[in-house]
Amino acid sequence: MEHTTLAHHLLLAGLLFALGLAGVLVRRNLLVVYMCLELMLAAATLALVAFSRFNRTMDGAVLVFFVITVAAAEVAVGLALIVALYRRRGTVSSERLDVLRP
Amino acid sequence: MPDGLFIFFAALTLGAASLLVLSRNAVTSAMGMILALVGVAADFFLLDAYFLGVLQVLVYAGAVMVLFLFIIMLLDTEDPTDSYPWRKAAGGLAVFFLLAAGVLWLFHWSGAVPNTPAGATPPELTAAPSEFATAAKAFGRLLYTKYLLPLEIAGLLLLTALVGVVSLSKDAPAGQA
Repeated sequence: MEHTTLAHHLLLAGLLFALGLAGVLVRRNLLVVYMCLELMLAAATLALVAFSRFNRTMDGAVLVFFVITVAAAEVAVGLALIVALYRRRGTVSSERLDVLRP
Repeated sequence: MPDGLFIFFAALTLGAASLLVLSRNAVTSAMGMILALVGVAADFFLLDAYFLGVLQVLVYAGAVMVLFLFIIMLLDTEDPTDSYPWRKAAGGLAVFFLLAAGVLWLFHWSGAVPNTPAGATPPELTAAPSEFATAAKAFGRLLYTKYLLPLEIAGLLLLTALVGVVSLSKDAPAGQA
């Protein structure tokens, strides 16, 4: 533990965030896009915990607690929206949901 | 050099995240997501945030991903006519490499992020009101004193989400489908 620095953890968080963003841009299955969004949130919480640990303060960790709470609520509502969308349109592919596209 | 456990869990997290992004099968993607979240939780443990690590495994890798798997299996999201969008994939890969290069530059060559050792306290934080502690008790004390109002708001938010999900998942009115 004494050999890992703040930069190592932030590097991991940044790479994880980049992977999640690439997934959001590339994938078309809305469920997978949603999982990639969650991955970006997890990367942000990782950075928060790392800053909190290396600055010897508790506030970042408490903020992560709230982020997890909000993410849980968000997943519930988002998945309900996706299910409602599937009922109406019969697909969850972002390519086929083009009603608003000119 | 970082220690072996960190390298192992970082590699596990990044590999599982790549599996999530690259796999065509949604269930495989979900499995990669679970592995990646467990890797993040292990990193929380390495950062002495034991309570958050346990919470991450219970809430994220447990409840949230089970919900995802239920929905994936309920919806039958396989679309055989789909082809992989290579141009969009190239764009996404370019974004990924740009971001990754920026992150590497920021942390290894720009010198903007200080390499504070784990035990040392930066001088401007020695008078911090909340000391870092690993016990769940420290969380509880902060949550019910300094962060009482956000805690109440979070509870209200969960209630709102509950009501919203119930009203969303009712049957759509006839004739609108």
